[in-house]
Amino acid sequence: MSDNLITFANISRFYGEVLGVNKVSLAIPPGVTSLVGPNGSGKTTLMNLMTGLIRPSQGEIRVLGMSTEDPAHLCRAVGYCAQFDTYPKGLTGYQFIYSFLRVFGMSHEECDQRTMAALETVGLCDARNRAVAAYSKGMRQRVKLAQATAHEPQVLVLDEPLNGLDPLARAEAIALFEKWGKMGRHVIVSSHILHEVDRISDQVILLSQGYVVAEGQIQSVRGEVKDQPMQILVRCDHPSQLAAQLFQENHLVEAKIHTDGHGLLLRTTDADGFYLLLNRIVIDSGLVVESVAPADDDVNSVYQYLIGGEGSTI
Amino acid sequence: MNLWMRQIAGVLRLEMKKTFLSRRGWWVYFLALGPVFLTLGHWLIEIGTHGSGRHSLGEDSLVFAGLFHFYYLRLGIFFGCVGIFSNLFRGEMLEKTLHYYYLTPLRRELLVAGKYLAGLATALFLFVGSTAVSFLLIGRHFGAGYTDYILHGPGLSQLGSYVLVAALACIGYGAVFLMSGIFFRNPMIPAAVVMVWENLNPFLPTVLKKISVIFYLKNLCPVEIPIPPPFNVMVIDADPTPFWIAVPGLLVLSLILLIYSGLSARHTEISYGE
Repeated sequence: MSDNLITFANISRFYGEVLGVNKVSLAIPPGVTSLVGPNGSGKTTLMNLMTGLIRPSQGEIRVLGMSTEDPAHLCRAVGYCAQFDTYPKGLTGYQFIYSFLRVFGMSHEECDQRTMAALETVGLCDARNRAVAAYSKGMRQRVKLAQATAHEPQVLVLDEPLNGLDPLARAEAIALFEKWGKMGRHVIVSSHILHEVDRISDQVILLSQGYVVAEGQIQSVRGEVKDQPMQILVRCDHPSQLAAQLFQENHLVEAKIHTDGHGLLLRTTDADGFYLLLNRIVIDSGLVVESVAPADDDVNSVYQYLIGGEGSTI
Repeated sequence: MNLWMRQIAGVLRLEMKKTFLSRRGWWVYFLALGPVFLTLGHWLIEIGTHGSGRHSLGEDSLVFAGLFHFYYLRLGIFFGCVGIFSNLFRGEMLEKTLHYYYLTPLRRELLVAGKYLAGLATALFLFVGSTAVSFLLIGRHFGAGYTDYILHGPGLSQLGSYVLVAALACIGYGAVFLMSGIFFRNPMIPAAVVMVWENLNPFLPTVLKKISVIFYLKNLCPVEIPIPPPFNVMVIDADPTPFWIAVPGLLVLSLILLIYSGLSARHTEISYGE
């Protein structure tokens, strides 16, 4: 078992009669991993399990080789920004971060230095001496993020971390997640703002009703959905001419000319064959092609294909 | 200081910052300050009447003994400890903030210890302080006579006994109600059960009497208050437990409860009733 992975070995968790997650086996490598699924699909349960807040009904979880039953070691390596918008009463932003760092056993100087660094990262230095209760929702979300990351964990678990953030703060937070991911840390994110998280995700885990539906890099997952024709957008000068020539091949299912008249949205059952054919057509006919890009290898589309109607709620 | 000590100190510091003399504990402060205001009022009235109808120091001493037996031990400290200790865990579950502690690299046993010490510091400050101030105020109107009673008579020894009993009550009830806060969603149910048990103590058979906190505390009080008629006919007498058994016995009992709470806390999960 690798010490660089978060592994779930046949994990099930039930809340009485209610299923949380069932028979989940995963190996999450470093980088940004998105947990995707509608409400009640098991995202928070997975996060609570990997941070030791709850225990599996069966199976074993290891985080970088550590058992989740051992908070004294686990919590030095893990930071969890939970979904709850709740804070200990009567503390300022500074005290909130500083006080929990002291519980780690750090000295005053180290706690002070880490607290200030964390506050600076989320842009709350000026508001540090105000009570957390007096913060706006966005500020509370940011101070929670700072608190979860102040001890510089190797594994960062973030449950809906973009909630309540304005677009600028959201962009900054996403850039931060991307930076941490590139530093070799594990960043596990659940968010309903899929198109933003999707952009930075190295891998996705798609969940539905407590089961893992698919996992891996989003392009690979999309490639495995064979029963749904791949959508490809081709930007070119004569889309109708291109469509006519493409229809000579039988793997093309559908072609729509883009509303601006300079693009063609295609659905094909054989993407590799399509790209070869497109090359040939361009060479033979002299069409000017500006760009060719998959139009449905994002998390949302893949989820829709795999889960169907339920995906609309994510 | 080793890591464990630093972590317990961290919990203690955080708990004191969050809860010590916070507004939501107003009713606990009321319980603690009630007798202080009562004895203060008594002093002021006695001064105002210039000694007319003045009663003896012995009577005041007996009144304080009654106040201590029936108010401090059975009501004030008891419910004060319910309020302070059962909320250490249950309150955080209700406010959905316990996960912040559970996400620190702190052994759950140390969390229990840190929270207990914070609760104990508050309880001792409030109830031991209140007991001492009330005792010093109740005979204050005797002036130099009361000072002499305290410094050269039995006053100081009585004060020491009351303070010790109040502290032991905080320690014992604190351990009981910290545990109930971990095990029960509604700590008022075990509190009511414990209260009925403690108040039935004089009427219980000797063996059962000894399974309570009040039995040991009562025997440590310097002035005994007899049960008034008609209830006195139902009282079953038991040999008082000697000091050297009662005090360590209560401390050991509290320690056992705390160890059990710590071990149980290891298996608790964060489930905010969702």
